Amino acid sequence: MKKLNTGLGYLKQAWLVLVLALVFGMALANVQAALGPRIEQNKLDEALEQVPLLVRGAIAGVPVGLGDSRVYGALGAEGELLGWVVMGNGQGFAGRIELLIGLDRSLDTVTGVYVLDQRETPGLGNHITDEKWRLQFLGKKTHLPLEVIKEGVPAAHQIVAVTGATISSKSVAQAVNKAVNLVRSRKDVLQQETRRLEQMQPASKPRAGE
Amino acid sequence: MAKEMPTALERFLNGILPENPVYRQLLGLCPTLAVTSGVASAMTMAGATAFVLICSNVMTSLIRGFLKPHLRILIYTLTIATFVTIADRFLAAYMWSMSKQLGPYVPLIIVNCVIVCRCEVCSSKQPVFVAASDALGQSLGFGLALLSIASVREVLATGAWAGLRVLPDTWPNCGAMGLPPGAFITMGLLLGLVNWVSARRKTLKSSAGSAK
Repeated sequence: MKKLNTGLGYLKQAWLVLVLALVFGMALANVQAALGPRIEQNKLDEALEQVPLLVRGAIAGVPVGLGDSRVYGALGAEGELLGWVVMGNGQGFAGRIELLIGLDRSLDTVTGVYVLDQRETPGLGNHITDEKWRLQFLGKKTHLPLEVIKEGVPAAHQIVAVTGATISSKSVAQAVNKAVNLVRSRKDVLQQETRRLEQMQPASKPRAGE
Repeated sequence: MAKEMPTALERFLNGILPENPVYRQLLGLCPTLAVTSGVASAMTMAGATAFVLICSNVMTSLIRGFLKPHLRILIYTLTIATFVTIADRFLAAYMWSMSKQLGPYVPLIIVNCVIVCRCEVCSSKQPVFVAASDALGQSLGFGLALLSIASVREVLATGAWAGLRVLPDTWPNCGAMGLPPGAFITMGLLLGLVNWVSARRKTLKSSAGSAK
């Protein structure tokens, strides 16, 4: 009996778990490979839909080539560049949080934050999607990293956490900081893109929702 | 072990009312309360749960001969988690806005006790056909329970059923019914109603029996 608890004995006990884990893992990998691109497309569509809400006056977003990061230029009715929308993400309390962050043309001010995907605790952490809470980010200057405080009156670079969900709130603020730092460090590329976008003929400018 | 196991038909019928997961076993109440603010989301949830329940019941039944007692829960969880992930990805790919509306409740099907309960009670002991009809019956029962609660809540909260206006525009929308308290109140009242009806039927039956 004692021998059963070593080496081969363990395998004898657990072979079904191992086989199932392998089979299910492969099945899930296939599902992800088949559906992944479609889900990404859904996210992209939603991101483009949100551009007008994140940058005031914008009617359309165009993807900007900035390495592998997701940045959109937000264009106004005349095809002029009004700001940027950056995709950010971070580890939340229960899963990855994906955000869209609106920035003004000069990357100095946050013009809006939208939660694209989250798995936070219902009733607590998922309040990060509430518009009232997200409005706190509006108008924050980007030269100082954002901080989260639990209560009290926030200073210019501070955000008051969702009650009972400090971790979720911090994740959002950190994701914003990370994304903002990234685009600010690539300012030169964005300036080139600005010129390229503004040289585009108004006739060829993309429209929202298409 | 001498007790006879229920047949496939009995399993199926049991799931609908006599052993209804919500009204009789009081299982799976978390999604029941959370997603029944509208008929559309309740039905999507019921569909996803049915898919997971049927698949994992069939799977567990297929491998029931190899289950080791101390590893069985681990294997149920592994199986259920796989099908939940498939359901979750499918919703995200083809029903994006609904998937966002349901949020974490689809992944949370993993811990829905209805499914573990059916694996343990039925499919780890009975053949595939019985396990499948058990899962069908339970899914139907779960779906009907969600539908009944969601119908009451959505109509009272918005005057509409599945998005279609059913009450006159003068109906004062009762917003609280769409919120968690409304879920508890509706659930409690319907549960009471189901119990009252069945208790009445029982007394009627027994008085009819004694009269003979």
